[in-house]
Amino acid sequence: MTHDDALAIAARTRANVVNPLRGRSRPDAFDYSRRWSLRTVFALGCVFLYAPIVVLIVFSFNDSRRGGNVIWKGFTTKYYAKAFANEELMLAFANSLTIALVSTVFAVLLGTLTAVLLWRFRFPFKPLVEGLVTLPIVIPEICLGVALAIFFTRMGWMDTGGLAWPLNLSNITIAHITFSFPFAALVIRTRLQSFNVETEEAARDLGASEWRVFFDILLPHMRPGLVAAALLSFTLSLDDFVITFFTSGPNTVTFPVKIYSMVRFSVTPEINAASTVLIAITLVLTWAALRYQRTWKE
Amino acid sequence: MAEGRQAAARRPLVFAAFALPTLGWLLAFFLVPLGIIWLYSVGENVSLTRVETTWTLSNYARILEPEILELALRSLRIAALATLVCLVIGFPMALVIATASPAAKPWLLLAIMLPFWTNLLIRTYALLNILGTRGRLNEALGWLHARLQGTLELLGLDHPGLMSEPFRPFTFLGTETGVVFGIVYVSLPFAILPLYSALERMDKSLLEASLDLGAGQLTTFRRVLLPLAMPGVVTAAIITFIPALGQFLTPDLLGRGQVDMIANVIERQFKGANDWPYGSAISMILLYATFILLALRAFADARRSAARDAR
Repeated sequence: MTHDDALAIAARTRANVVNPLRGRSRPDAFDYSRRWSLRTVFALGCVFLYAPIVVLIVFSFNDSRRGGNVIWKGFTTKYYAKAFANEELMLAFANSLTIALVSTVFAVLLGTLTAVLLWRFRFPFKPLVEGLVTLPIVIPEICLGVALAIFFTRMGWMDTGGLAWPLNLSNITIAHITFSFPFAALVIRTRLQSFNVETEEAARDLGASEWRVFFDILLPHMRPGLVAAALLSFTLSLDDFVITFFTSGPNTVTFPVKIYSMVRFSVTPEINAASTVLIAITLVLTWAALRYQRTWKE
Repeated sequence: MAEGRQAAARRPLVFAAFALPTLGWLLAFFLVPLGIIWLYSVGENVSLTRVETTWTLSNYARILEPEILELALRSLRIAALATLVCLVIGFPMALVIATASPAAKPWLLLAIMLPFWTNLLIRTYALLNILGTRGRLNEALGWLHARLQGTLELLGLDHPGLMSEPFRPFTFLGTETGVVFGIVYVSLPFAILPLYSALERMDKSLLEASLDLGAGQLTTFRRVLLPLAMPGVVTAAIITFIPALGQFLTPDLLGRGQVDMIANVIERQFKGANDWPYGSAISMILLYATFILLALRAFADARRSAARDAR
């Protein structure tokens, strides 16, 4: 064996033998985020997710009456003015906001009760109840929509045209609470996991009632979870199309349902403008949530 | 931990205060409606507005009609394909987020979640603007085509047959490709999140051990990373597949009535044909499929934890 051969073998075995220093000299084994190939995939994925939305927003300012999404004809905001002047659209928008507000209040209430129930108690058939609570999240939207539509019709709650606003929105609101409170419960329960039980026990030892323990100890701890749950429920309600489409009566229209009927009719810059407004609301809500989280941490 | 630390029987009143509203709501506005469509699915139309439960199975039998069967198979095919594409694109994206620096991680997650919070209808409508024959996607593909042709010419490779033809725009709207594209677009964030949480929890030292013991990156990926991430992959697959199978908007808007899926048939029974028992039966089949998938996953979980305990 020549000297060179020996060196080559040594070099090769060195590469294959566990070497405590090796882990440090080369990049971390788990550093996939530093690889250019994976970074490119991630960037392309984001382009895929954002490009259509960006195009939609850009073309809401396009000065072209029809087929306005193909050729750029100059900047205008007149389609925003047109969307805001569209009374039916604005009524649908007011309906959507009302439903979102009311269903958020109920979803957070029910979600809180559900989260505390599952977090605190041990009871027979608990796995069954846990499964039941997550079921509205997992079943296909259209099934829930259809089931609630038949249910409301059977109960005679479907044609709400005779009721005064906002009572005519009750059935849609009930549907929204049903699919959003399980999400709220999920978020709040995660927050409860970080609760220090000793504080509750201390309060009890000092003579606090069940009621005071809940309001003075548990509720303040849950607050970030409640805010997160509320924002999630609000967004879910504002976004829902399928379930609303089935549970809305002929005279009650929400923003997405109205947009849907407009899209079926034709593609116009006005729809782009209305959509952009809704996207902006989502962005503002997200921004508020982030701000809130940051101030909470400080 | 503190989870389930108190027996319900010890404080029955407090327990009832927490349990009754939730259970009452679920019973009234979830279980009863589901029960009603189940009864409708074995019922018959006796008049325009009345349905009687006759315990007939004819509504279910109608699914076997060739037309509907083909549509059901197409739905399965589209949903499966979209799920596969989501996993293939989502896995590397989740890997990037899971291994990013702690400072970058929340922002990368936000980048994925933001489209997910945007209205589904608006996102589908946004795609409608992109996917047309004269839409932006075809424009971009045409541009790429021209660049590639130019490069080939530069290299002296411009033989006939090798990308010599002018660019012909793809038809996405009204085709299965377009619908799959649309479903991937709306459900990609859904797929990424469970993948991310599985990869995040993974024991990184196992990967280092594999690399240190001489396995290459590819072997490490195949033999260590992927098996460890498998529970997340299964969750991601199920969480993508179930909504994809019941998609209504994507085939409705992007399929232009030519690529109908199960949900479109259901919708027609309620909004047009007025055959509620039949619509209920198809909805029930979607629900059964969901339950079977969830049961399979629960079974797989149980087996995995049993195997872990046995070791």
